[in-house]
Amino acid sequence: MRRPAPARRSAAVKLVGPQQWILLPALAVLAATLLLATPIKVFGLTLPEPVLPMVLAFAWPLIRPSLLAPLALLVVGVMVDLFWGNRLGLWPLGLLSAYAVVLISRPFIAGQDTRFLFAWYSGVAAVAFFIVYLVTSATAGQPPSLIALFFQYLPTILVFPAANWLIERFDDGDLRFR
Amino acid sequence: MSLRESPFENLRVPLGWSAGGALVVAIALAVFLLLSDRSEADEPGHSSARDTFEAGAAPISGIFAAPVRWLGQASDYVDDYFFAVSENRRLREELADLRAERDAVVALRNLNQQYEALLGLRVEPDVPLVTARSVSEARGPFRRARLIDVGRSRGVEVGNPVINEHGLVGRIAGTSGSVSRVLLVTDVTSQVPILIDRTDARAIMRGDGSGNPRLEFARGSDAIQAGDRILSSGDGGLMPRGLPIGVAARGIDGTWRVKLFSDRGAIDFVRVMLFDSFAQLAQGAALDSPPLAGLNTAPPPTPEVSARINDAQGRRRAEEERRAEAERADRERAAADARARAAEASARQGQATDAPPPATGGTTE
Repeated sequence: MRRPAPARRSAAVKLVGPQQWILLPALAVLAATLLLATPIKVFGLTLPEPVLPMVLAFAWPLIRPSLLAPLALLVVGVMVDLFWGNRLGLWPLGLLSAYAVVLISRPFIAGQDTRFLFAWYSGVAAVAFFIVYLVTSATAGQPPSLIALFFQYLPTILVFPAANWLIERFDDGDLRFR
Repeated sequence: MSLRESPFENLRVPLGWSAGGALVVAIALAVFLLLSDRSEADEPGHSSARDTFEAGAAPISGIFAAPVRWLGQASDYVDDYFFAVSENRRLREELADLRAERDAVVALRNLNQQYEALLGLRVEPDVPLVTARSVSEARGPFRRARLIDVGRSRGVEVGNPVINEHGLVGRIAGTSGSVSRVLLVTDVTSQVPILIDRTDARAIMRGDGSGNPRLEFARGSDAIQAGDRILSSGDGGLMPRGLPIGVAARGIDGTWRVKLFSDRGAIDFVRVMLFDSFAQLAQGAALDSPPLAGLNTAPPPTPEVSARINDAQGRRRAEEERRAEAERADRERAAADARARAAEASARQGQATDAPPPATGGTTE
């Protein structure tokens, strides 16, 4: 039996490096966060402020459990805290909690349809917001407004299509991910 | 024996377990950061990585935000085009109202200046302002803050109040050489002592991450009514008294809240008041001076004034002496007349006693 040439074999195997599924999405999320922090009003309304790194916290553990992803999520969370002026470690804790929930539940939700994933994403985001809410209440001495909380939670779950796109783009994108 | 030849050659840690280990380490680091973070407001003078990050993030944010700013300008253009007529009508009505207000203000200002001069009041001096542009804004429930493009190099310090053309926006919570962070009055950690203009009642305005901060600790049963104007009280020396903040309104949760004046204006330009406490307003020499400085004695007179005063006093004394002399002469003349009348009367009485008494029962011719 004739063996395929090494060059052709390497071309057939699709490899996805960490810079493609970790670094570039992280940079894109940070850039979008910078954009949405612009202090302008469009037709009398300010821009929404979703917690965009929630997309990464949901998609990364579903794509592949990784050593790098939690540390990258920590760095992204710290950058968001620095940029928004939060207490350092606030959003890293919330994002990593969401990551942990998805990582533990990965065997149950991998391969589910989009509606189920959206419901799970909403629940995971709620867990992260709840943790951040508790920490803020403890450090500030009073709880933040639940209405204001809802108006950040809503755009956060509305960016689910970005998380879904990321999962579909990289899930099974590399043989080693299986 | 190398690892490749050892019995552990085929030992592999499952990927899930290694990811879990990394996750635990990352969470521990996040908790450590959370517990160890101290803001500049907590520790004044504390310069941190946060300052460096903000100094670097501001220009990058400006570049990223350029297309969004263009979008905002385009929407403003569309707004102006479609709403110019109604805006013009509203402004005419407002102008008619404000003309009467202006006349009243001019009269009251004049009267107030007279009272201040009369009472020798020490009024607060003008506070210098620095205009700044907002570079970015956090609008979430957990932090409401802005980055502005002025810093320590322009004299901005932690604690300086920040206003726009309509009212109070917040105060400086951190500053670096060229960038500062403004903690908005709506932030969950913001507390501002306020007064209600109608009743002069005091209260605390606390942000909760929503657009309308709460009013707490208001004294009196009828201290607040809907529509009452809210001003900064200046209590505690954090900011000057009388900065306009907003009007009182009932929230949907039944608590008193403030509709902020600062929401009416553009959100990209603000002014920083270079005022950090009442200590900067107080001047040692002024404090050491006696109270009611306006009632001090006059300065000593010049020689010319002294001469005029002496001349006037001499004239007054001479006039008084002349009057006294005339009165004394009048009195002596009156006394001499009285004595002469008394002597004449006694002489007539003496003649009458020497003559014989008339006969009784006889006839007269």
